[in-house]
Amino acid sequence: MTVWFVPRDSAARSVGADDVAQALIDHGHSVVRTGSRGMLWLEPLVERVDDSGVRVGWSNVRPSDVTAQGVSDNFLGPVEDLDFLARQDRWVFQRVGVIDPVDAEDYLAHAGLAGLRAALGQDPEQVVETVIESGLRGRGGAGFPAGIKWRTVAQTAARPHKGDPSYAPAHKYICINADEGDSGTFADRMLMEGDPFCLLEGMTIAAYAVGADKGIIYLRSEYPDAIETMRTAIDVARAQGWLGEAILGTDLSFDVEVRVGAGSYVCGEETAMLESIEGRRGMVRVKPPLPAIEGLFGTPTVINNVLTMASVPSILARGAAAYSALGTEKSQGTQVFQLAGNIARGGIVESAFGISARELVYDFGGGTRSGRPVRAVQIGGPLGAYLPTDRLDVPMGYETLAEAGGMIGHGGMVVFDDSVDMAEQAKFAMEFCAEESCGKCTPCRIGSVRGAEVIDRIRDGVDAESNTELLRDLCEVMTEGSLCAMGGLTPMPVLSALDNFPEDFAPSARRD
Amino acid sequence: MTITPSVYPEWNVDAARDVISMIAPEPGPVLRCLQAIQERFGYVPADAVSLVAETCNVSRADVHGVLTFYADLRSTPPPAIPVRLCAAEACQAVGGRVLRDQWKARCDASPELAASTGVDEPIFCLGNCALGPAAIVGGELVGFADVDSIEQRVRHAMGASS
Repeated sequence: MTVWFVPRDSAARSVGADDVAQALIDHGHSVVRTGSRGMLWLEPLVERVDDSGVRVGWSNVRPSDVTAQGVSDNFLGPVEDLDFLARQDRWVFQRVGVIDPVDAEDYLAHAGLAGLRAALGQDPEQVVETVIESGLRGRGGAGFPAGIKWRTVAQTAARPHKGDPSYAPAHKYICINADEGDSGTFADRMLMEGDPFCLLEGMTIAAYAVGADKGIIYLRSEYPDAIETMRTAIDVARAQGWLGEAILGTDLSFDVEVRVGAGSYVCGEETAMLESIEGRRGMVRVKPPLPAIEGLFGTPTVINNVLTMASVPSILARGAAAYSALGTEKSQGTQVFQLAGNIARGGIVESAFGISARELVYDFGGGTRSGRPVRAVQIGGPLGAYLPTDRLDVPMGYETLAEAGGMIGHGGMVVFDDSVDMAEQAKFAMEFCAEESCGKCTPCRIGSVRGAEVIDRIRDGVDAESNTELLRDLCEVMTEGSLCAMGGLTPMPVLSALDNFPEDFAPSARRD
Repeated sequence: MTITPSVYPEWNVDAARDVISMIAPEPGPVLRCLQAIQERFGYVPADAVSLVAETCNVSRADVHGVLTFYADLRSTPPPAIPVRLCAAEACQAVGGRVLRDQWKARCDASPELAASTGVDEPIFCLGNCALGPAAIVGGELVGFADVDSIEQRVRHAMGASS
C-alpha cells in the first residue's frame, strides 16, 4: 500500500494538515506524519513515493482534494527537484520533512547516529578539535566559536551544585537554548518538531567531548508541539540506548530533560536562561564568571543554540573540512535562514553563508505576499536592524552584516512592504524592550519606556530636532550601559529605522 | 480539529501539595512548582504562594517574585477559550495590528465572546512567522488568522460547551 507523508509540523497544522491527514485515513490510505520541508507557503504539502521510488508532492491540499485514488489537485512533481529545495545545501535540515521525527529506524536509515559513532571512535579532545576546525559559531546570534566554548568546559573540572553539595558527586551540563523568541524565527522549532534525534545526537557528542553527564533543553512554552515531540524523542532514545547509561555500548552516560519556559523573551539570554532553569526570575547575570566555567547550578556548562548543536552530528559524520569549505572566511558552514513576515514564499532556506539578503528575499522568497514593493527587511529578530532595499546586497555573515550596521542574529528575515510605518516599528522596538526587560539595568528598564515617549514626541512634531538628539543619546546610553543584548541592541532597530527611513518620523507621515 | 473549552478542578491545597511533591526536592524547583500548579488548576491562587514557599524552603517573597516575573503565570483563573494574537514584527508585517483592533471590536460588541476568551494579552511570537497573522485559539495554532475565522472557532467551542 502507498504511504502518504503529511507534515505534523505546527505551521502545517495551523493551516489544516491534521484534517488532510484524517481525510487520507478516511479514504483508506496509510499516513506517516513527518516534519515540514520548510516550504511553508505550500502547506499542507502532502507527499508519496511514486513508481520510480521518488517522493512526489501536492501543495496546499484541502481535505476535499482527497479521494480514494489519492490527491486530485496541485501536483508538484518530485519535491526535491523544486527550485526552492534544490538550490539549498541542507546539513542541519537534511532529514526534516523527510522522516518520521520520532521513528528510530527511520532516523538510522537516513544517516542518523553517524556523527555520534564517528565521535565515539575518537578521543574526546579530537572531537573538540574537529568542532573548532569546522569553524562552527553560535547560531543564536552571538557567533562565538562553539569548539572554543566546548574546550573551556572540557578543561574545567566537574563540580557539585553550588550551595547544594548534597547534589553530588560532580556534574557538567549541556544546556540547549531553545527559547527561540525572536519574531521571524522558527528554525529551532521546526528542527525539534521534525528531527529531534538530531539535537539529542549533537548533545550526546558534546557530552562525550566535554565530559558532561546531564543535558537540559530549555524550550519556550509557546512551542507545545516541539515540547511534546522532544519529550517523546527522549523516551524513544532512552529505549534505544542512545541516552542513559552505557550509550551505544560504551561507558558514556548522559541523559536529557526538557524544561519549559514561561513566556519571557529575556530568558533567551544565556545567563537569564540559567536563572530560569534554576527556578528563579530570569534576571541576567554579570559575566564573568563565564557559564563555561560556572554555569548551571555553578557547574561548567556548555550553552548552545539548537541550530548550533544540530550542526554537530553532520560535521562529525562528514568532516570538519567539508563544513568549513562552505561559506565565507569568517562565517563558515551553513546558516538556516528563515523567510518571514510579508513574504510570498516563506520558510526555511539552509544555505552556505555569503548568500545575499537580496537572493533570499527575492529569488527564494519571491518578494512580498501582498504584491507591493518591499520597503524594509528586519534581519536577526526584534533586536536586528531594519535594512532598506538598496542595502540588501550584503552577503549574509556575522561580520559582513555587522559592517552593514545590522546583525545576523538567529537568521530570521522579516519582510515589510511599502505600507509599513517605520516610526511605529521603532516605537514598538522600545515598547517590546520595556515589556520584556528583566529590569536589572536601568538604561534598559527605564530607557525603553522613555524611548517610546520620545519617539511619540518626535512624531508629534514636538521639538523634533532636540528630541531626535535626545533619542540618539538615549540609545547610546542603552547600548553602552546594559549588561545584555536586550537593552544593548534595542537601539539597533530604532536607529536603523531613524537613519534609513527618516521621512516616517515627520508628523505628516503619521498614519494612525 | 475541534477546540474544547478548558476545564480545571477547584483549587485544593492537598491536591496541590501532591502535584509539587515530586518536584520540590529537585534542584531549583520554584518555577517548576508554579508551572505544575498552573497546569493542574489553570492558575496560581494566592494560597499556592505560601504552599510553594514552605515546600521549597524559600521565602514567600521569592515565590511571589517568580510568579510575577513570567508572563505565562497567572494569578486568576483563565478564560474558557483563551485567544491570543501574535503581537510581534512578522505578524505586524501582514496586518497583525489591524487584526488586533478588529478582534477587540468584536469582543467589545459581544460580552459573551469577551467573557469566554478573556482580555487579549499580546503574545510575542508563536513561531508561525511565514503564515501570519498567527493566533492561538483555545490552544490551537491558527495560520492566516482573520477575525471571522477566530470568532468562528471560538463560537464553535462555546457551542460545544453549552
